[in-house]
Amino acid sequence: MPRITVDVDGTTYTDDVSPRTLLVQYLREQLGKVGTVVGCDTSNCGACTVHLDGQSVKSCSVLAVQADGHEVTTVEALARDGRLHPVQRAFHDNHALQCGFCTPGMIMQALDLLAEDPEPDDERIREGLEGNLCRCTGYQNIVRAVRDVSRQMRPGAGPAMEHSGRTPAPRTSTEQADTRVTGGQS
Amino acid sequence: MTATPVSPSEPEIGRARRRKEDARLVTGRTRWTDNMSLPGMVHLAVLRSPVAHARISAIDTTEARRMPGVHEVVTGADLAERQGSMPCAWPVTPDMKTPYAPALAVEEVHFAGEAVAMVAARSAAEARDALDAIDVDYEDREVVLDVEAAARDDSPLVHEELGTNRSATWTFDSAEAGTGGDVERALRDAEVRLDRTFRQQRLIPAFMEPRSVLVDPTGEQYTVWSSTQVPHILRTMIAMTLGVGEHKVRVIAPDVGGGFGGKLQVTPEEMLTFLMAERLGRPVKWTESRSETMVSAHHGRDQVQRLSLAARADGTVTGLKVDLLADMGAYLRLVTPGIPILGALMFNAIYKFDSYRFTCTNVFTTKTPTDAYRGAGRPEATFAIERMMDELAAELDMDPLEVRRRNWINHDEFPFDTVAGLTYDSGDYEAATDRAVEMFGYQQLRDEQLRRRQRGDTVQLGIGVSTFTEMCGLAPSRVLGSLSYGAGGWEHSQVRVLPTGKVEVVTGTSPHGQGHVTAWSQLVADRLGVPFEDVEVLHGDTQSSPRGLDTYGSRSLAVGGVAAVRASDRVIDKARSIAAHLLECSEQDLDFSAGRFSVRGTDRGMALTEVALAAFTAHDLPEGVEPNLDAEVSHDPENFSFPHGTHLCAAEVDTETGRVRIRSYVCVDDVGTVVNPLVVEGQVHGGLAQGIAQALYEEAVHDEDGTLTTATLADYLVPSAVDLPEFHTDRTETDATSNPLGVKGVGEAGTIASTPAVVNAVVDAIRHYGVTDVRMPCSPQRVWRALSGARASSATAAESGGGLGSVDPDQPFPTGGDR
Ligand code: FES
Ligand code: FES
Repeated sequence: MPRITVDVDGTTYTDDVSPRTLLVQYLREQLGKVGTVVGCDTSNCGACTVHLDGQSVKSCSVLAVQADGHEVTTVEALARDGRLHPVQRAFHDNHALQCGFCTPGMIMQALDLLAEDPEPDDERIREGLEGNLCRCTGYQNIVRAVRDVSRQMRPGAGPAMEHSGRTPAPRTSTEQADTRVTGGQS
Repeated sequence: MTATPVSPSEPEIGRARRRKEDARLVTGRTRWTDNMSLPGMVHLAVLRSPVAHARISAIDTTEARRMPGVHEVVTGADLAERQGSMPCAWPVTPDMKTPYAPALAVEEVHFAGEAVAMVAARSAAEARDALDAIDVDYEDREVVLDVEAAARDDSPLVHEELGTNRSATWTFDSAEAGTGGDVERALRDAEVRLDRTFRQQRLIPAFMEPRSVLVDPTGEQYTVWSSTQVPHILRTMIAMTLGVGEHKVRVIAPDVGGGFGGKLQVTPEEMLTFLMAERLGRPVKWTESRSETMVSAHHGRDQVQRLSLAARADGTVTGLKVDLLADMGAYLRLVTPGIPILGALMFNAIYKFDSYRFTCTNVFTTKTPTDAYRGAGRPEATFAIERMMDELAAELDMDPLEVRRRNWINHDEFPFDTVAGLTYDSGDYEAATDRAVEMFGYQQLRDEQLRRRQRGDTVQLGIGVSTFTEMCGLAPSRVLGSLSYGAGGWEHSQVRVLPTGKVEVVTGTSPHGQGHVTAWSQLVADRLGVPFEDVEVLHGDTQSSPRGLDTYGSRSLAVGGVAAVRASDRVIDKARSIAAHLLECSEQDLDFSAGRFSVRGTDRGMALTEVALAAFTAHDLPEGVEPNLDAEVSHDPENFSFPHGTHLCAAEVDTETGRVRIRSYVCVDDVGTVVNPLVVEGQVHGGLAQGIAQALYEEAVHDEDGTLTTATLADYLVPSAVDLPEFHTDRTETDATSNPLGVKGVGEAGTIASTPAVVNAVVDAIRHYGVTDVRMPCSPQRVWRALSGARASSATAAESGGGLGSVDPDQPFPTGGDR
């Protein structure tokens, strides 16, 4: 069995893996990184999305051996010191999740999309999330969340956005306060 | 969204609380069943039949047993004596035909995807590898795919021993029931008569989390984790099906990734995982692949609907006759036969029809069984009647809104006894419609439509209307009894005030994305006057939540939420007697508000939390009062609740390519009192997405051999973010009178209302070319063919079929699922 060395969420692992093991299986079954999930077997749903050297990939379409010598970031690494990453916060604030199964992949893909285009319009957001399926939300609140976070994140937050988890954008107390919606109108 | 800061003393009900559930879900700290592993656990894989109908003449497992890591290989023959028959809890008629339904096929398979053998191995990969080494000989039998052909006497049979493919015929007649007149007479006397046939295509619920089951037999009880909507029902059904003591089974629904009715099921795989764990005496886990979900988890819808409508020339409907064929698939699962019957009470919708007759024949085919999918019977009914109302408008050259106004129940006519025998407690269809019309800019869009028609634009504009109601809050037990359902519709809750004043709420509902933890916290915090953060909601484990009937049918809030509120009230009553004792006053002199008892006319009083501590120490309690502040309630609703709403869709249809684009979607729903507007809006969005998906994208298609050709997410078109529009939603609020909260339920509303709104818009855009219907999903190809058929013949075109999904024998090759 090939031996690989991978940095996952800041910890370095060296493991023997079978050549056919998918990255997502390695993460879930060998490393216990069960925050990343599997929703399909044809690379259509995006539930398994992680970052490989700062770029989003569907971890069901990458072999574990291909991650050898690379850096993997999963949703589990985004919150730091008990503070949510701004994208996580925005998903929470905008009710952008219901069952939450698509959420880890959706968040990782949203980060990638924002790294590429820090101020996307709605159409751009929808296109950027096209490879990630959600059966619960109808996407509208996910789009809102991404729009919301793109406004909050400081200009030039730049590529490798996972690093912003270490320095989350400050939020004012009014922003954090629970809000009341008048009517359900968008 | 307008956001304003709120004060802490503001009532919780109506407040847009961010969800408590989110913190774990956004950080990946989740407990999906498949995340779990136990010491000594082995993995189960299931071999499925590739053919739709065959005798199993031989199974050879020798090779598989020798594969590395394999612990056990089991076939149906090995389990024949042990496995029982999968339960069906809804015998809709006394003479309903129910086939033997083994979890693992014994002699014959009846659909492609049916389980025929299973392997337990050290790893999931080894278990799957061993499946390939199992050799099964199948002797093909004739497949039965088309529901109309299956219903005929000359059809080959799905289950030889039943002697027919017709499982049951269920009828309701308003003249017989005394709820209205004779529909045949209405049709005879009609000034206008419309006859239409609609096809409800087969859908796949497609929850994002594939199903998974883990069974641990190493304790005194068997512990079953399952990705299910119904842990309580599952526990009882495991006991009844396998003959194990119910007290020896504990079921846990941990985090569950969506259900939409698709996990309202007791599955063969749950039984098989249980039986394998029993055999091996060690924990066994089964997790399906997406392709397995698609073929083996139940499907939804799949009906042929024939309707005849009688009306006067002024648009007043005088009678409706409905004749359904409902495709059961190969077996009757938990509530399969009852799904179309749930629609029986809804075809008359929000209208005052004089006469009504409903007949439904349930038919077997050699396809995956059908069962509940979001809305369950009610979307089908709503679709058909809302399409009919638009057809009537077109026939009479009236505005579709005007036709509806002429027939609907006015707000001052509630409570209203319907022709189907239900009593609608409240509603205001005028208000919801007026608001929707205003938001939509109805008249401007009609003007634009006219201009585009006159100009002969390539892209035409259509406007679709859907005014709907649904019965939800399933359900008053006596009504379920009268429909021959095998259980009641009550719900249970216990509220416990702990010695430190924190509160635990136990609920028998079983959320899987709906936000019950947040909403129930709000309900109980308000009632008891404790902080939202101090309330914990326990659910989804038959050990911590021993009684309940789980989550489906938009029932959780209207039944389970009300149970929690009533239990809270009992806690207050209990606390009141202790407080009166300690404050040396009579109970009548105590006021309770904001979590505090105060003696009227004095400044004396004590907080509920102080009473809780006094109850716990029990040093000084009144005579006969037990030392706790716990109370429980089993709540059985007196009536259904009836949310309603008006949905308007503007769709652009490219007459050259057939492509449909939703330009604007407005809905105004009335779901009664709103506990959390954020959650309500989210439910509406998700519901709309699924209803629109039925109208435009999704269809389970079988080829002529009965193989599902849409068995992956590449072929079955669950819409992505680019496929759906921005929704414009609002609400009106007419409180339900059937429960103390005034709530109605919102889980299914969007799905039920949106499908006909979209299809009506598509047809409206191209009706002037002679098109009167486009079969769902309205793919570019279907729309284009409808258009070219209409242009060529100017008669009604035969719509291209969705393949054998499954009513169009003239069209042998599947064309559905195209985009
Ligand atoms: S699991 Fe569906 S894309 Fe990876
Ligand atoms: S939140 Fe359930 S699939 Fe997206």
